[in-house]
Amino acid sequence: MSWNDILSLLRISLHAMVPITLTAVGEIIGETAGLFNIGLEGALLLSAFAGAIGAEFGGPLFGLFVGMVVGAGLGLLFSVINTYWKGTQMITGIGINLFAVGIVAFGLIKLGAPGFHDVPKAAELAKLQTPIGAVSPMIFVALIVPFIAYWFLKRTRAGLILKAVGEAPEAADVAGININLVRLLATTFGGALAGLGGAYMSVCWIGSVTKDISAGRGFIALATVVFSGLNPLLALLGGFIFGFFQSLATWIKTLPSKPIPWQFVEMLPYIVTLLVVSGVIGRVRFPKSLGQPYKRE
Amino acid sequence: MSSEVTKSPSRLWRATGRTLTGLNPALESVLAGVVGLLVGALLMWIWGYDPWKAYMAMFRGAYGDSYGFASSAARGAPLILTALTFSICVRAGMFNIGAEGQLYIGALAAVTVGYFTLPSGLHIITGIIFAMIAGAVWSLVPAILKLTRGVHEVISTIMFNWIARFLAFYMVAFILVDPLRGEKTISIPMSARFPILVRGTDLSYSLFAAVLFAIVIYFVLWHTTMGYEVRASGLNPAAARYGGIKSKRTMLLSFILGGLAAGLAGATVVMGNPPTYAVISGLPQLMNVGFDGMAVAMVGRNHPIGIIIAALFFGGLTAGGRVMQFYGSNPVPLEMVRIVMGAIVLAMSIPELFRIFPAIKKQGTELCGLLRRLTHRVSNEEGSA
Repeated sequence: MSWNDILSLLRISLHAMVPITLTAVGEIIGETAGLFNIGLEGALLLSAFAGAIGAEFGGPLFGLFVGMVVGAGLGLLFSVINTYWKGTQMITGIGINLFAVGIVAFGLIKLGAPGFHDVPKAAELAKLQTPIGAVSPMIFVALIVPFIAYWFLKRTRAGLILKAVGEAPEAADVAGININLVRLLATTFGGALAGLGGAYMSVCWIGSVTKDISAGRGFIALATVVFSGLNPLLALLGGFIFGFFQSLATWIKTLPSKPIPWQFVEMLPYIVTLLVVSGVIGRVRFPKSLGQPYKRE
Repeated sequence: MSSEVTKSPSRLWRATGRTLTGLNPALESVLAGVVGLLVGALLMWIWGYDPWKAYMAMFRGAYGDSYGFASSAARGAPLILTALTFSICVRAGMFNIGAEGQLYIGALAAVTVGYFTLPSGLHIITGIIFAMIAGAVWSLVPAILKLTRGVHEVISTIMFNWIARFLAFYMVAFILVDPLRGEKTISIPMSARFPILVRGTDLSYSLFAAVLFAIVIYFVLWHTTMGYEVRASGLNPAAARYGGIKSKRTMLLSFILGGLAAGLAGATVVMGNPPTYAVISGLPQLMNVGFDGMAVAMVGRNHPIGIIIAALFFGGLTAGGRVMQFYGSNPVPLEMVRIVMGAIVLAMSIPELFRIFPAIKKQGTELCGLLRRLTHRVSNEEGSA
């Protein structure tokens, strides 16, 4: 394994880290406020599709924006159902995932080729030249966002309100905080971050849209959240670990000697996720009202 | 109450809605189905299709004649079983998303009976048992991870789905592959196939296997101590624990029952689905059967009998969708069916769907009032100026 190999592995890991980290930070913000959104997988998928279309219309930045809007829209849908309408969060999430799979598969057919859509080179975000090679500028966004989220959650009044809403909604309600509105804003923002990650996948990284472009990354992000214990900085680390194993799988697949069948290599990120999650559980504490709709007595 | 009812018609409407909700949760499922179809119609209209024609083609294809009905039932049979996987665990208070992976593993296990010969009846039963055991084993690992390490079942079952998917790709491509045709596994021999129920269709006796299993689950959950314990720990885990119910045991049990159901679903797809009777590379017949099962479970209100009816509806959507995608000059792709399913599940996740409409109306009226006041103020100011 040469120096070049290590560099390229690092580069791919950083690229694979972005959607997982962004989604995980979004989910952390939502879970801090007490909403467990498993629909982020669907948000990733749909925004990857919408972002690609947006990029073709108005350039890569517009594509990323469209992705964020779509992600935020799904987050808003999720939070309206689960705050004001007291829905069952798990089922809403499953519904969003099914819905997104349907829309993307349908949309890909409408665009011509079923199951695959290529994003033109002109619509892709330009890469920056750095010492480790050409990397997408979105990597820096993904490196900065967790720090901002950390600062927001630990150091600002709004972060404290968010925490109060997740831990003790009754107390927060008595203190005059609008529980449903706070939860709505948190989940919508989380959805927007996932949307940014999704649009990044099609516009900046993979350069095409497929029916399973999200490939379980939304769920790996959920696992990252568990790993991080709702700390955005650890989510960055977790995102990098999972990204590394994904790129390791890609790297092993391209080895000429084919040491293991590609199917087993593809399993690697999921197996690692399971191992990591089963290793860290027990020391992680989640907000008390996570997953519970808030009803005034 | 009655005096209130007489006061205003909208209140009467709300009270009627509430009573119906209380009386019959099935109505909510129907309403969710209607909402889902309406969302689908809206999207079709936006994309430039004729929703009415598409739905007519779909429902004629699904229930119009005996062929359509048979193919709807054939699509519904595995959905009954994967829906049971989900709903048994919901009854026990958990979310088992793993039906998809357990289904793949069950199907692969069923294929292995092609390697040996047995008398006809025994061969089918061997295949079913293989598939069910394989499904149960696959669902046992997330259960054990939850028990020993506290891993949330949603995360572990999703990961297991992906692992099962790639394992299935590998098995189809290298281990169980048909030496003559590389794109599929070996076919199930005649002696291990479910006999065809309606001649000329793909409906086989696997439907009976699915319905029978649903009835068994109904009996187990509602008429045995074991089932009572499962439901009790789902309804109120703390109370169940105080009552001396071993929550770990009920958890394992519900996962095992779910795995058995999903494994059997895999067997029905492979052993009862002409013309190939094999797993094809890329798993086209298996893909999404587990996920669609979750939608079926919700619409069936997690009750075995409701699930059977809901599975016929969803099987009809799929079977009808196949007709719809070739109908007319501007056919609607099959994927529309999945959009409708997603919308139905979203609608199902809203409790007391009936109350949403009055609530929206109320908020709308408030908003209109606000706007009117604002415009009044603006016009007044303009008038004074």
